[in-house]
Amino acid sequence: MTTQVRTIQIEARPRKKKYKFVIGGLLIVAALIYLIATTTMNSAQYYMTVNELLESEKALSGRPVRVSGAVVGETVQYDPNTLELRFTIAHMPDSPSELAAGGLAEALREAVSDPNAQRLEVVYVGPKPDLLKNEAAAILTGTLGDDGVFYATEVLFKCPTRYDEAPPDLES
Amino acid sequence: MIANTGLVALILAFGLAVYATVFSAYAGWRRDSAWLLSARNAALAVFPLLTLSTFALVYSLVTRDFSISYVADVSSRAMSTFLRVTALWGGQEGSILFWAWLMSGFVAATLLRNWRQHLDLMPFVISVAMLTTGFFVGLALFLANPFARLWEVPGAARALVAIFPPAEAVQFMPADGRGLNPLLRHFGMIGHPPTTYLGFTGFVIPFSFAMAALITGKAHEDTWIRATRRWTLVAWVFLSIGLILGGRWAYDVLGWGGFWGWDPVENAMLMPWLTGTAFLHSVMITEKRGMLKVWSLILIILTYALALFGTFITRTGVVSSVHAFAQSALGPAFFIFIAVTFIGSLYLLLRALPTLKSEHELESFMSREAVFLLQNVLFLAITFAVFWGTVFPMISELVTGTKITVGPPYFKKVTGPLFALLLLLMGVAPLFAWRKQSAQRLGKALMAPFLAAVGLALGLGLLYDMHPGAIFGLWLVTFVFLTIALEFWKGMRARMSVRNEAPWTAFVRLLDRNHRRYGGYIVHLGVVMIALGILGDAYLKQETQGPLAVGEVMTLGDYELRFDGLVQYPGSDGREVVEASTTLMRNGEVIRELRPRRDYFVVQQQPVTIPAVYSTLGADVYVLLVGWEEIGLRSSTFKLYINPLINWVWIGGLFMILGTVIAAWGTSHRRDVTYTLPSQFRSNVVVVGGSG
Repeated sequence: MTTQVRTIQIEARPRKKKYKFVIGGLLIVAALIYLIATTTMNSAQYYMTVNELLESEKALSGRPVRVSGAVVGETVQYDPNTLELRFTIAHMPDSPSELAAGGLAEALREAVSDPNAQRLEVVYVGPKPDLLKNEAAAILTGTLGDDGVFYATEVLFKCPTRYDEAPPDLES
Repeated sequence: MIANTGLVALILAFGLAVYATVFSAYAGWRRDSAWLLSARNAALAVFPLLTLSTFALVYSLVTRDFSISYVADVSSRAMSTFLRVTALWGGQEGSILFWAWLMSGFVAATLLRNWRQHLDLMPFVISVAMLTTGFFVGLALFLANPFARLWEVPGAARALVAIFPPAEAVQFMPADGRGLNPLLRHFGMIGHPPTTYLGFTGFVIPFSFAMAALITGKAHEDTWIRATRRWTLVAWVFLSIGLILGGRWAYDVLGWGGFWGWDPVENAMLMPWLTGTAFLHSVMITEKRGMLKVWSLILIILTYALALFGTFITRTGVVSSVHAFAQSALGPAFFIFIAVTFIGSLYLLLRALPTLKSEHELESFMSREAVFLLQNVLFLAITFAVFWGTVFPMISELVTGTKITVGPPYFKKVTGPLFALLLLLMGVAPLFAWRKQSAQRLGKALMAPFLAAVGLALGLGLLYDMHPGAIFGLWLVTFVFLTIALEFWKGMRARMSVRNEAPWTAFVRLLDRNHRRYGGYIVHLGVVMIALGILGDAYLKQETQGPLAVGEVMTLGDYELRFDGLVQYPGSDGREVVEASTTLMRNGEVIRELRPRRDYFVVQQQPVTIPAVYSTLGADVYVLLVGWEEIGLRSSTFKLYINPLINWVWIGGLFMILGTVIAAWGTSHRRDVTYTLPSQFRSNVVVVGGSG
């Protein structure tokens, strides 16, 4: 008698168990999707070029955005007492297909030397980053003020001189 | 001439890699041992050939052969010989050659070590591993050749880069090279690329074995796992070292007092580490209980694909990043190769799916199996969240036409709770029994560490008025630390009472007898330390900034910093140094002098801010010289950070390395101990020793 009962239990158990694990798994996945989706929405920021930023100036109305461009070296001003840093970035195309054949370095050089490229004045308070120099690529987070100046809260620079350089000039 | 030898060796290596890929697969298919031996010899020969090639490039770097484009690009006369050697991985072409060389070394070592026991898997192990090696050698040969030279073509403004001289061209030798970016001249950045590459390439061994097992229909056995256990640990520990060195570089050089920025390139490295960590846990269950077989296979496929993806991201610049990388012809080639590898291996997995039945059913949520399954899920979830955040700008641009990014806050908010859960699991998992665990007994075992951790966290939290997140984090870190310490204590106490051993002897022998388990716990202790460091960085950091005239003092926390003066002098390697001398004081008592600097490398026009740091286990006081008055040098501006607990990140890294070494090889004196044991334990010991 007891043997019989046990046999039935062994057969019935796995199916019931599996069901439990599937529900548990689905709950975990649902929680994860919820976490990722809500956080994505709450922390999403537009990532724009200078042209795109200036075009959508009104629609943004003070919302934080990220903007990229090329640093114009002669505009960099730094007050070591107040740590106020001012510089201008020039519009640079963003997608790889629009980039010049010479890669990022060439695109940055063109952007800075092009007198018709749109420019954006930037103000940031903080230590002057080592990588801030002429023809550096800037990625800035902040808000566009009513005065047309971009108030950055976070600045990143990358210098393509490292890996992505055209062959040397023959003069050298 | 030497460089040309390297080029010829590279060409031969490519031919042999292709040969080995094709004919080992053919040998496996036809079960033909003659072809297999031939393919094996070809695969073995790739390593010495690439060694020759690599050394030829190093020789060119050391002898300053600037007629080679790569040498002119990454080295300069002013650099020391050591730095010129490290320039091997300072740029794209050299990195790819170096990558291929390391991978061929791993493959050769495996073929020599595992040939006899795993002959049945070998044809496809060779084929899969050589396919990847051949791909990288091919990249180095056709798309990013490190031996390409500079040529002067009449009428052209710039030198031309080519392997063979264009018509009417003469060889061009610049007087000096551009040199390594001064920002990269740091031990972290010198050690980071090779360790990372060792980690990435090392995963080729478990991946190839997994694929071979799938092709030969042996994936349901655990042979492929046993054969590759140590290789996986080697790859994993190097990837971990690479991550930590990268973090250390960022902390020392980038001057923002942090070590992790959730940059795409950092994420690309973190993802294979996450799946790799899940993999090496998952295979334990596959090995011991014959469960999670599909999980283990999926995790190694993901790890390998993500390692390739990581190389792809860092080497092609597809994602905007603070790190500067080339946007080159490598992109499409990489993309196709990753897609082929990933889809091909998933196809093999699907084909073998019916054979991959679990040998045991999952019986309860309260079991060690279930806990391991949950940790797989969590690691995968974090990987997905990081992947999602990294590629989100690209996805949003494809779908909506506008690029939208999620910044570091996204990564912190999503991965924070998941990492916390994982940490908790790490603490309690060792207490779970196989199959089913009684909740009551578990609760009893965990009560003491739980209460002790609550007491400590609340006490410290209220004393220092901490953020609730910090209090919770402190509780978690203490609790997990105590559970691990308890495991050690239980093991030691058993030995001390049964065998009458002194505590230290008991500790050493515990590690020795069961080095996989306790080595793993040491790695876990390292993780707890790193978590403590991250906690300090996330919640307890303090900073201030401002100008100081000579003699003035700025205050932060308990510390005061006095500005004593500024000097300017020419330094080595062509740099102009501006150095401030400051005195760090705590509650009015002088601790020591700190000299933050700003070096300006004249040729490269590159300033480098070098922080002065007062380091203790409790906190780093981190001072940056961020500006000064040019005339008279009477006033300077400083940024001052207190980074509590940060040194635990590096110490934890060392524990991770130590624990992995113990887990992989055990301690060295096992043999001596075996002979000193009483005879009744001896047979027991042989079994334990042999299982590692």
